[in-house]
Amino acid sequence: MNVGVLVFPGSNCDHDCAHVLKDVLGQNVTMVWHKESSLAGLDAVILPGGFSYGDYLRTGAIARFSPVMQAVQQFAAEGKLVLGICNGFQILLEAGLLPGAMLRNKSLHFICRETYVKVENAATPFTNACKPGQVLKIPIAHADGNYYTDPVTLGGLQANAQVVFRYCTVDGKVVPGACPNGSLDNIAGIRSAQGNVLGMMPHPERCVETMLGNEDGRHIFQSMLSFLEQKKVAEVR
Amino acid sequence: MQADTSRITKDLIAQHNLTGEEYQKIVDILGREPNLTELGMFSVMWSEHCSYKSSRVHLKKLPTTGPRVVQGPGENAGAVDIGDGLCVVFKMESHNHPSFIEPYQGAATGVGGILRDIFTMGARPIALLDSLRFGELHSPKTRHLMKGVVSGIAGYGNCMGVPTVGGEIVFNDIYALNPLVNVFCLGLAHKDKIFRGTAAGVGNPVIYFGSTTGRDGIHGATMASDSFDDQSEQKRPTVQVGDPFTEKLLLEACLELMERDLLVGIQDMGAAGLTSSSCEMASRAGNGMELDLTVVPRREPGMTPYEIMLSESQERMLMVAKAGKEEDCIAICRKWDLDVAVVGKVTADGILRVKDQGKVVAEIPAKSLADDGPRYERPYQPPAYQDMLTNLNYDVLPDVKDANVALLALLESPTIASKRWVYEQYDHMVRTNTTVRPGSDAAVVRIKGTNKAVAMTVDCNSRYCLLNPYEGARLAVAEAARNLVCSGASPIGLTDCLNFGNPERPDIMWQFVLAIEGMKDACEHFKIPIVSGNVSFYNETNGLSIYPTPMLGMVGLIEEAERTMTQWFKQEGDDIILLGSAREDLGGSEYLKVMHAREQGSPPYLSFDTEQALHDCLLSLIRDGLLQSAHDCSDGGLTVTLAESCISGPGQPLGAVVQLSRGRLRKDAMLFGESQSRVVISSQSTHRQTILDQVRRFGVPAEMIGSVTGTRLTVHLREGASTESVIDQPVTALYDQWACSLERAVHHT
Repeated sequence: MNVGVLVFPGSNCDHDCAHVLKDVLGQNVTMVWHKESSLAGLDAVILPGGFSYGDYLRTGAIARFSPVMQAVQQFAAEGKLVLGICNGFQILLEAGLLPGAMLRNKSLHFICRETYVKVENAATPFTNACKPGQVLKIPIAHADGNYYTDPVTLGGLQANAQVVFRYCTVDGKVVPGACPNGSLDNIAGIRSAQGNVLGMMPHPERCVETMLGNEDGRHIFQSMLSFLEQKKVAEVR
Repeated sequence: MQADTSRITKDLIAQHNLTGEEYQKIVDILGREPNLTELGMFSVMWSEHCSYKSSRVHLKKLPTTGPRVVQGPGENAGAVDIGDGLCVVFKMESHNHPSFIEPYQGAATGVGGILRDIFTMGARPIALLDSLRFGELHSPKTRHLMKGVVSGIAGYGNCMGVPTVGGEIVFNDIYALNPLVNVFCLGLAHKDKIFRGTAAGVGNPVIYFGSTTGRDGIHGATMASDSFDDQSEQKRPTVQVGDPFTEKLLLEACLELMERDLLVGIQDMGAAGLTSSSCEMASRAGNGMELDLTVVPRREPGMTPYEIMLSESQERMLMVAKAGKEEDCIAICRKWDLDVAVVGKVTADGILRVKDQGKVVAEIPAKSLADDGPRYERPYQPPAYQDMLTNLNYDVLPDVKDANVALLALLESPTIASKRWVYEQYDHMVRTNTTVRPGSDAAVVRIKGTNKAVAMTVDCNSRYCLLNPYEGARLAVAEAARNLVCSGASPIGLTDCLNFGNPERPDIMWQFVLAIEGMKDACEHFKIPIVSGNVSFYNETNGLSIYPTPMLGMVGLIEEAERTMTQWFKQEGDDIILLGSAREDLGGSEYLKVMHAREQGSPPYLSFDTEQALHDCLLSLIRDGLLQSAHDCSDGGLTVTLAESCISGPGQPLGAVVQLSRGRLRKDAMLFGESQSRVVISSQSTHRQTILDQVRRFGVPAEMIGSVTGTRLTVHLREGASTESVIDQPVTALYDQWACSLERAVHHT
């Protein structure tokens, strides 16, 4: 898989994503500077976590004007894979590639800790390696992860199985107490209506190696790989 | 603002914190009266903060060399070889005074400053640790300071994408009006690509880049070299304002500049801003420098040369480029949206010459500013109250009645309680290297591309240092080393951050001199070089000094990262073994403070040889893969260590049943005394004999004291034929007390 990792001024999980894809999973990785205007030759792009433009104004609000985001819009429209993690998710929201907005965490603090998320839809390019309802342990690290949207949009997300991850307890119960940040409906990750754009607040790139104590994040990247492989096979036929 | 034509009056000299003699020395150097700009430049460079005028004669005694040392003190940070062509670059700095005046920005810019010190050397910062001291949390002022400092550290470090992987916090009312904020940073660099702050090569261009220069932080260094009183909060304008986003751009720009063959030298503009970076770089190379202030990027119009030279605006750097490489440098800075300008050149005459609008506004020998500041051998003698502190008659203190009550009280004490409320606000996982997260004896980060990992700890028991500065400093070195060893690391280097009161007071100077002696003796014995450091004097408010706090940041190397050890019990049925032996060491203990409200007595006894044997033994056990956990005994003694081993792990708490032989010790000394050179280990029982044999060979006392089992922590004391149960608590109760008390105290609930 040829993956592009976008680099905005202030991105700080770009190296971590590249490390996982290149050094751990052996894929071709291109770092894409935010002033680039083409994503030619790439199968997937990742918008990494961090503090693009220092989170000034609003998280992701300035990054969405970066030249590369035009190309990302086009890329998404062509049905190619777009994964936004943490700040990347926030940018996708601001860019209108996913619906809704992020509010400040309910505690008003930045929170860095392990969370459990339930795979609510295992039939996506990002979760096909998971079982439906599987519980993954993936850490969060954000100050603005309190997902919010209007009731109509929320209803649509639920009806179209666009809610991909919900915060849950270790044994998979989706209850308010398991939600670290006040997110509506315990939402931790959503996909686009078309299904090829995923935004998630937890950081799967932080849990892919045994040395770091947890490999649950591997499922996300593995899913993307097998999706692309199957697509290639289908295209050849 | 004062015009540059002001006459230099006695008042003006005093306002600049210069003495009459110091002023005369300036006149002698220049052969004339200085103008106001020059007076300002001398005053910041000759401040205690920048010149180390009271400490330098003593700091020279510290051991700074060793086979692994790549860079010792005198540069932006120290560097130590870790093999594979790599070295770790690290330093610790204080930002105490600004954090008291404005906690968020004070702490944030403390983080920003130390990060720049590290990446200026060509190292990518990979870990931050913080050592904090506050008053007790019952005071609203303290809660305000603590919340502000923690948010400031989080706000800056998180945005930079450098994980804050550990640290320590102690609460004591002596710090109520003078909190300590000491920040440690470690970076990773190629050994042959270390950059230094040198202005070599006459004619080479001097390039300013980063943020613009504003009026913030003027005289920050002078403020940091003064004591506080009730009016200190009016000094708020001397605190700088941080912009971590610009710093992140600065970091990436610097590392990109350094990857190409463009630079001769580089230095950040920290305390004393443009003045210190220019004169220090010139002085190190034995050269001079010419600066043109007209082209310095500014935040606002109408700034005088005085203001520009003394501004401490953050996120700024000065580099000396190779001649002809200016455009390449400028292009990289522009790519990262940074302000950049060629502001001068390196000259041969040794003079720092500053021009503005075509006129020379300052002309000073660079070396005089940077290195020829005053040196004082200040008088020192022990304070009259010292004996009162150490002489404690234990007969008047009743022995512990209910040890359960004492254990719960100690676990609830914010100094011992879990710091989760704090470290969850810090991104401690970014860069995906953190293999031991906050909450163990030492934090550990793996080094990608190698099999190695680096362990780090920050330590200082300032109560021990108050009671005996020499012993306290020895104990701090020993405990830091022991923490690293417990994680499986060999100590390889040390940085210090020496926080003391007013050095003009002989009793404070006595504390300082003795602490240096203690550090020296301990570091020489354990062969741990001190490669960088910082001194913060004048930590006193309204005449009340802090406890002497020689904070240490120690770094250790784990050759095989998979042999990393953590402090918590792992498995039901494992053996619990105590290495080391107890003495009647109640003096200066957390137990005496919490249960008897006394901070008295002599600090615990330390034998270097016993400690060294323990380290050698423990490292051999860990490297042979024989252990499940290792946790050193410190604040709260053996019982708190056992409780923490039960409850501090990431999973469900585990219980333990422990039996101790009482000997001739008081019960409280046995359970809560802080005898040194002790570590609680756990291991699979199949390894029991191998471990006990191996321990004996190292001459380390060892006792099999119990096993990991059940859901309660039970401790029995055996005396002759009788056995008494002294501790019996469900581990969930211990956990609740320990895990939630800090958050409750911060929110005052």
